[in-house]
Amino acid sequence: MSLGIDEPAAADSEPERPTVIGGSTRFVPGQSNDRITIVNGKVQLGQRLIDLWRNRDLLILLTRTELKVKYKESVLGYAWSMLNPALVLAIYYAVFKIIARTQQPQFAIWLFCGLLAWNLFNNSAMGSTTVVVGKAGIIKKVAFPRELLAMSTVGVALVLFAIQLVVLVVFLVGFQVTPAWSYVPLLPLALVALMVFTAAVSIFLSAVNVYLRDTQHLTEVLLMAWFWGTPIVYTYGQISQTVTTHPAFLWVKYAYLCNPVTPVVMTFQRAIYGKTSYIAAKNNSSHAVTHVLPNWGVGTYAGLLGVVLAVGIGLFLLALIVFGRLEGNFAEEL
Amino acid sequence: MTTAIEVKDISKQFRLYTEKQTSLKERIIKGGKMPFTPFWALRDINVDINQGETFGILGRNGCGKSTLLKCIAGILKPTSGEIRVRGSLAAMLELGAGFQPDLSGRDNIFLNGSLLGLSHADIEKRYDAIVAFAELEDFIDNQVKFYSSGMYVRLGFAVAVNVEPDVLLVDEVLAVGDASFQRKCLDHVKKFQREGRTIVVVSHATDVIRQNCSRVMVMNHGQMITVDEPGEGIRVFLADLLGVGTLEHSESGGIEGNVLAIGTVHAEHGGSGERMHLYPGESLTVTADLDSLAPVPNAMATIAIHDDRNELVFASDPDDPMCAIDVPEGGGIVRFHFPEVPLLDGTYSVSVGVRSATETAIFDWKDQVTKFEVVNPGRATGRVRLLPDISFRLRGLGHTGEVPAVGAEFAPLAGWEESTA
Repeated sequence: MSLGIDEPAAADSEPERPTVIGGSTRFVPGQSNDRITIVNGKVQLGQRLIDLWRNRDLLILLTRTELKVKYKESVLGYAWSMLNPALVLAIYYAVFKIIARTQQPQFAIWLFCGLLAWNLFNNSAMGSTTVVVGKAGIIKKVAFPRELLAMSTVGVALVLFAIQLVVLVVFLVGFQVTPAWSYVPLLPLALVALMVFTAAVSIFLSAVNVYLRDTQHLTEVLLMAWFWGTPIVYTYGQISQTVTTHPAFLWVKYAYLCNPVTPVVMTFQRAIYGKTSYIAAKNNSSHAVTHVLPNWGVGTYAGLLGVVLAVGIGLFLLALIVFGRLEGNFAEEL
Repeated sequence: MTTAIEVKDISKQFRLYTEKQTSLKERIIKGGKMPFTPFWALRDINVDINQGETFGILGRNGCGKSTLLKCIAGILKPTSGEIRVRGSLAAMLELGAGFQPDLSGRDNIFLNGSLLGLSHADIEKRYDAIVAFAELEDFIDNQVKFYSSGMYVRLGFAVAVNVEPDVLLVDEVLAVGDASFQRKCLDHVKKFQREGRTIVVVSHATDVIRQNCSRVMVMNHGQMITVDEPGEGIRVFLADLLGVGTLEHSESGGIEGNVLAIGTVHAEHGGSGERMHLYPGESLTVTADLDSLAPVPNAMATIAIHDDRNELVFASDPDDPMCAIDVPEGGGIVRFHFPEVPLLDGTYSVSVGVRSATETAIFDWKDQVTKFEVVNPGRATGRVRLLPDISFRLRGLGHTGEVPAVGAEFAPLAGWEESTA
């Protein structure tokens, strides 16, 4: 080979593969070896994935750091991670229950299910826009896989998710709501699908915001629109009814269903809230049955989640490529 | 010899935007393109750095030396070309980069270690050594924002060196901390050298390069000027790049109304004619024209030499009767001859004056009127060239009397002839 560098001795246990680096230099810690690191201007997707895996300790540490710094100087500290969504929940509950007078039983639980999944996505996406820009000091001086910064926002969101999940379980016991047990095994799949998709979006946003600082402001508005485009405070039943009564706008339904967060949110609602319909005891005694969720089986949900996961993985790889492209000039742009 | 770092045709282009415009609106208005001037921070750099070598990169600010280091570290991606690094690498571009002020020293050790590529278990293994090295046992659980700048830097250095990389990149960070910590850092660098690790040092301080490096690359405007022994490299750096050694001459014109004025001042040295700078120990002659409108009895000539930090190196005895002379009408020339200039590296400026030996009157004073440059091709550093005779008196059996040191590098002149040849 024309490496110009002596090849590693053949006596080594396994043939050394050069670590090709599309920008982020990595060495294998502790292995003072003949591994060759190559720095050039190219994006090597496979190598990036290997680097991410090798640096999983760093991901955990960055997540811990973010969490510690986030709540360091506030009096209530980690309580904010519960207080914040609780207040949001209270506001929506007040608006829909008291002002809009929804008849849905255990409406708070319904809201909580949707918000739980949505907050994971929302927190990470919001945090990711500023995470690379905010860590300019590290990026300019240290070489490491910078995607981990964006992925740490997913980690932070996941921790907050876990805390809120505990609260939700307490709520379930308190309100004596029984989950649909047959759908509960879908929750881990839904969570993984959501995390992969969230990571993809976060990595993409974190890199783009370095070059276009408008991204962070635009993201706020888009996330707001996205939130209302997801059946969280209202039900999927309301949407499917409205859309089918207007066949001319059938494409709206398809566009609506293209939202990868929707199947995840619906799985959470189906599994935890448990009911697909309720009978509204109206004073005109019509006793109409209102559908909140489609009557799909476990397989349909699993299939939808599978699609979301596949799309998420595709977007994740794409985001890594975009990030790799943009990352080369981070140190000078920041 | 094995190559540790192979730099192949590395070029790096920066875009210099006239004004930083990063809003979407402005981009849309400009059709997605932003006006920029391409700037080549690095141009076709080719160098092989051997394993176990301490390699210096020398250049002025903005010459691209730090950019090259960042490319080697992988912080910046080169626009074209490729760098191959053998073994593990750690870069010390800024000590304590990546410290989170809100976290404790302990947390920051783990964070910084991870950023440098260590796993959690690795850091745990080295944790005690890091804390001991940083001398921060009592403060390790305090938030880093309460650290003094010295403590901060000590912690940063401790983490970086305890990573124990095969290749260490250092960017002018050695001059930190108090004297004892600096000592420790240097000791650690020496230890790295003994262990056969490769070190790349970027600096504009010739002393650091001269004392530590085995080879040096001189850079200017993103281009490689030369790769050579430190002595010769530093000579090229000083003479060609800093443009020092050019002797400046003053225009005439003295203190208004004085009868005695100094005209042109001129410095000449032993190597004049072949080179702009002089080597330590060579002679220096400063001549100054004296113009007088009338005979001046008892005039005294004085000379002073300042270094580049404007510290006085030498001033002649103002009352030395040997310097007094009666200057006739029409003046003449005064010559200061130093048979040997025992100075090491530096740019020195010469001031010349004439005053009355009997009264306090100063006829003329030319402040820092000419300069000369001393370039030391050897490895001794400092201001003054002292030539110690080193011998040992040993206590063991069979050793009686003085034994001259073997291989001591204190016969400088012979060595210099070689390096100029």
